[in-house]
Amino acid sequence: MAGLSIEGVTKLFDGHAALEDVSLRAGDGEFLALLGPSGCGKTTMLRLVAGFETASAGRIRLGERLVSGEGVHVPPEARRTGIVFQSYALWPHMDVGENVAYALKVQGVPPAEREARVARALETVGLGAFRSRRPALLSGGQRQRVALARCLAMQPDIVLLDEPLANLDAHLRTSMEEEFAAFHRRTGTTMLYITHDQAEAMALADRIAVMDKGRILQVASPSRLYREPADVTVARFIGAGMILPGVIAGPVSAGRVAVRALGHGAVVRCRRDTPASGDAALCVRADDLAMASAGMAGRVDRLVYQGGHFLADVALEAPSPLQVRVQVAEPAPVALGDRVHVSIRDGWLVPAR
Amino acid sequence: MNPAAPASPFRQDTATLALLAVLVAALSLSPLVRLVWEAVAPGGVLSGSAIERVWSSPAVWKALGNSLETSVGATLLALVAGTAVALVVTLTDIRARHAFVFVFVMPLIIAPQVMALAWLQVSGPSSALLAMLGLAPPLGARNPLYSREGIILLLAVEYAPLVFLTLRAGLRALPRELVEAALSAGASRLTVVRTIILPLMTPSLVAGAALVFVSCLGNFGVPAFLGIPGGYLTLPTLIYQRLAGLGPGALSEVAVMSVIIGAIALAGIVLQDVMLRRRDYRTSALATPARPFALGAFRLPVELALWSVTLLAVALPILGLLATALTPAYGVPLNAATASAANFAYVVFEHQAAKRALLNSVSLSAAAAVLITALSVLLAYFVVWRKTALLRWLNVAAELPYALPGVVLSIACILLFLKPLPVLGLSLYNTVWILLAAYLARFLVLGLRPVVSGYHQLDRAIEEAAQVAGAGFLRRLVTVILPVMAPVAAAGAILVFLTAFNELTHSALLWSSGAETLGVVVFSFEQGGESSYAAALSILTILVTIGLALATLLFQHRLPQGVLPWRD
Repeated sequence: MAGLSIEGVTKLFDGHAALEDVSLRAGDGEFLALLGPSGCGKTTMLRLVAGFETASAGRIRLGERLVSGEGVHVPPEARRTGIVFQSYALWPHMDVGENVAYALKVQGVPPAEREARVARALETVGLGAFRSRRPALLSGGQRQRVALARCLAMQPDIVLLDEPLANLDAHLRTSMEEEFAAFHRRTGTTMLYITHDQAEAMALADRIAVMDKGRILQVASPSRLYREPADVTVARFIGAGMILPGVIAGPVSAGRVAVRALGHGAVVRCRRDTPASGDAALCVRADDLAMASAGMAGRVDRLVYQGGHFLADVALEAPSPLQVRVQVAEPAPVALGDRVHVSIRDGWLVPAR
Repeated sequence: MNPAAPASPFRQDTATLALLAVLVAALSLSPLVRLVWEAVAPGGVLSGSAIERVWSSPAVWKALGNSLETSVGATLLALVAGTAVALVVTLTDIRARHAFVFVFVMPLIIAPQVMALAWLQVSGPSSALLAMLGLAPPLGARNPLYSREGIILLLAVEYAPLVFLTLRAGLRALPRELVEAALSAGASRLTVVRTIILPLMTPSLVAGAALVFVSCLGNFGVPAFLGIPGGYLTLPTLIYQRLAGLGPGALSEVAVMSVIIGAIALAGIVLQDVMLRRRDYRTSALATPARPFALGAFRLPVELALWSVTLLAVALPILGLLATALTPAYGVPLNAATASAANFAYVVFEHQAAKRALLNSVSLSAAAAVLITALSVLLAYFVVWRKTALLRWLNVAAELPYALPGVVLSIACILLFLKPLPVLGLSLYNTVWILLAAYLARFLVLGLRPVVSGYHQLDRAIEEAAQVAGAGFLRRLVTVILPVMAPVAAAGAILVFLTAFNELTHSALLWSSGAETLGVVVFSFEQGGESSYAAALSILTILVTIGLALATLLFQHRLPQGVLPWRD
């Protein structure tokens, strides 16, 4: 097992930068998720770590071992990385046991030890009884577990997971999420988990790196990412954050600061180094807003029942014709077309860049 | 981890690729380059003399005209027949589709000279069938197939399946919504076919027609059997006669003729390529095939018409051939009492050249199949998964010898191998090895295409998973890629075997005493008037051919669509 260290990595495809000067570290045994929309470069990142692509610049280390950069490119077969592919990539002509044993055979592990490790890996994922089955006869979830066992048996320095749940049904997804978490707890392996699904990333990861357009925007724990997004893009991407323009209206005290947004006052969370004045971008979510007797005025455009509460889209009146989404407890005290006032109960002052 | 491991896998695959590039260039490109060189520099000296001699030869112009008129005529006929059959088979609810396609496509894999021989048996004065119907020409009259029209008809039977296959592939990619939208707009089915389906299929039709034209232009078996007796020569048969009559002395001239026929064919190939590219792939992304049109009361008549025409064109002549093979002597009426296997026994056990030919054809075809398959699995790996400019060129190099008429490559091989190979000092000319070289070059693409489509269907992660497990290139190839590719590789091998086993074009020009092939022996039996021996040997080749084609159906479910032409 080993940590992962990526320093200043750039990857060009035909002159276009898929990754630009990216640096990222994962501690030994950490579960790190790489989260971003499709085309953001997260898959390129995984393929660079695995060695399928060669970085145009920068260094990649697995533990102390330099695997890429400074003229070195260790090929995938010598990197000791395990990958769980989106398509599972089980070899159809081998049974479950042979799939799991393959890497050990290649490494020349003696048969007795190989047997034991295969059996242990299959036990770990609860497939001990499926050893001589063909992959074609397994369900999607079982195939995924074989893919995990295959990684486990080879005892890699790091496990890379490439959108492993994208091909599964919603209900299977939840149970596989538990499986991954348990796998990580048991083995303590460093894991790099690629996904575009923030719920998945939040459920699993110790930390999440948010990527967009070939850059890393923020690396933080799930809760920190949600509560304290580092910039406007992250704020909008995570948890459907809304950005309201405002000005800072007072000194910072105990991590909070007074602001005026759209002409109305509010006290929100902020960084300690926030200046006492200036323009501000406010990140609020539907449950940070509430219907009130005074506040930003607007009209209810749309009312959607969410089970337990409603979400109301309110078109704000001038000076800023914005639309905000407000969580409303049931039974809904508002109706479509009502003129309402919205107050800001909480929020996060997005740091200026 | 083995510290020596990192560097070696990359050397393995780079070395493999370099080896492949050299092999393909040597096999496919060097003969063609040598051919063109001979045309412009006869005997090694730059001169226009060979070109002038060909230019001023009326026989060449006549043969060129004949080639063009038979090819154009057969293309039109094949286009009409192939289109009609493809439309009915794909768009309507006729039954027993698979069986029908198998029979309809058979002429593609049965040797052209065998089909020509079979048709001769049922059409001439001695035809038992025509005699029964009272239509037989008087004894001694010329068989009407020995004519331009006969050649056109046979070529059309031979190649209508090509139009069928191209159009069927196009029709299958046509989204049902386009048809349904027209129907719900109030168009009748015939109007839909005329105004929606056929216009959208224009690229497929033109591509299919171009393919048929090029195939007709290069066909040797049909004009050899039907044209030579009546003195009606096409370019391939003229080349054959010049070479047979004058020997290597005629090489410069036949090289020029080969270049002419190659250039015309190339124009057809380019047209086909352009048209297939023009197919609108946006419409085919998620195509669900349209629901077949119900023929209702017309179904049975349509089925009967399809089957009877196809059986008349394919099965009946083969039965006629069988009858000839079983007849003990010319003129003896065939019945249960007179039928005899003597002709079969003679060609299998007694006739020396026929015995050698059986052995030669089987071993040459098997060797070509094995070598080409091995080469294809490697080459396709790089072509599909490592797209580089070099590989695109290698792919074109592999396609070219097959796309060009067979005589072109044959003449090119003679030129290349006439003198002993430099450095090695080996002489292939007048040995069986020149045939193997020609087979490898010409049929490489037949083995390559199925494997390429196999790789396209394979998730590359399968290989990457083995790579991160620590397996080097050769190990991945043996433990992961080969086992998964085995079915398509086998299908490719069988295609190569069948094509080589049935070919005549190359061996007619490249054979030597002791290195005869089945095609050559059947040809010489027929030219010597020994039709019953020719028929017996032909029946044997048909049995092997159909038997192997049927055998592939056993593992058809493991093959991508379109790999085996006879499997629907």
